[in-house]
Amino acid sequence: MSSQTYDHLDGDYLDGNAAAGELSKIFTMDVTTALGQCAQCGATGRFAEAHLYMRCPGVVARCAVCEHVLLRLVSVRERVFLDARGMTYLSLDTSQLQDSGK
Amino acid sequence: MWRVGKVVALHDETAMARTITLEVPDWPGHLAGQHVDVRLTASDGYSAVRSYSIASAPNSERRVELSVERLSNGEVSPYLTRELVVDDRLELRGPIGGWFVWRPQQTEPIQLVAGGSGIVPLMAMIRSRASAGNTAPFRLLYSVREPGAVWYGAELQSLLDRDQSVSVTYAYTRAAPKNWPRPPSRIDAALIANTTWPSNLVPTCYVCGPTSFVESAAGLLTACGNSPDKIRTERFGPTGDRR
Repeated sequence: MSSQTYDHLDGDYLDGNAAAGELSKIFTMDVTTALGQCAQCGATGRFAEAHLYMRCPGVVARCAVCEHVLLRLVSVRERVFLDARGMTYLSLDTSQLQDSGK
Repeated sequence: MWRVGKVVALHDETAMARTITLEVPDWPGHLAGQHVDVRLTASDGYSAVRSYSIASAPNSERRVELSVERLSNGEVSPYLTRELVVDDRLELRGPIGGWFVWRPQQTEPIQLVAGGSGIVPLMAMIRSRASAGNTAPFRLLYSVREPGAVWYGAELQSLLDRDQSVSVTYAYTRAAPKNWPRPPSRIDAALIANTTWPSNLVPTCYVCGPTSFVESAAGLLTACGNSPDKIRTERFGPTGDRR
């Protein structure tokens, strides 16, 4: 796959919604409605509300409460690297499958 | 998975923004508030991906409308708003996102707060409500630079004229129409308190705009007594091509 850029972020964060397209490479379910728990502060929140940093070359999602790194996603040529150790869990809502368009 | 959409119509919202209507043969349907990723690939293989909110209500024609603001330093938006022509093809991924959505089954009061091009997913909600025959009371607070920068103005006005349960408040930040009651300024506590649903009606609030706008508006809504659980936000970057 060719290189992709996300130059629409410069020193500012977006939210988890903006990573959902990239994460759809890996997850068949919608991640924006998923509940995740921060491994550092224990806060639980929707992935949609995580703070998202999309500077090249990857995507970093941080806890909206304590800014701990929850997840990193990097695409390098034909591989995608996912590091989710910043969350103790991510729970996905299977009832959303019907109308999420997936 | 990338789908291919064919451009079937182009419409200028303002001098700086264009709505692109795409026909996507294998479109699975969408919900108001969802977005798509758009991928452009150059002949040398270089590609760029941007996210744009869907402006259109769910429909059976497999049509998807995107409204794109042209950013002078953008890599993608100048192409989409100036060079793209009818019958061109675009690659799309989506629909994406199940959190920042409004469903026609919702009956509670809805408070929409838009900053600039953040109006797009909220317009999809207003259109979805109308096309579904939903009568939930909607209020929109639309912060915009100046009157000429309003998107969907005529459509919003005609909706207001025939539907008493939708209201729109414009908040101008740089230049207001003559005799406008409020001098141009950013949204503040008084404006939120006076023009949004009282929190005792427990509205669901959808806030979309640049990150600083969203932070400010969500904070003001919370200060007025709205529970953070009832406030859904979508942010986009100040420099970027998103939407």
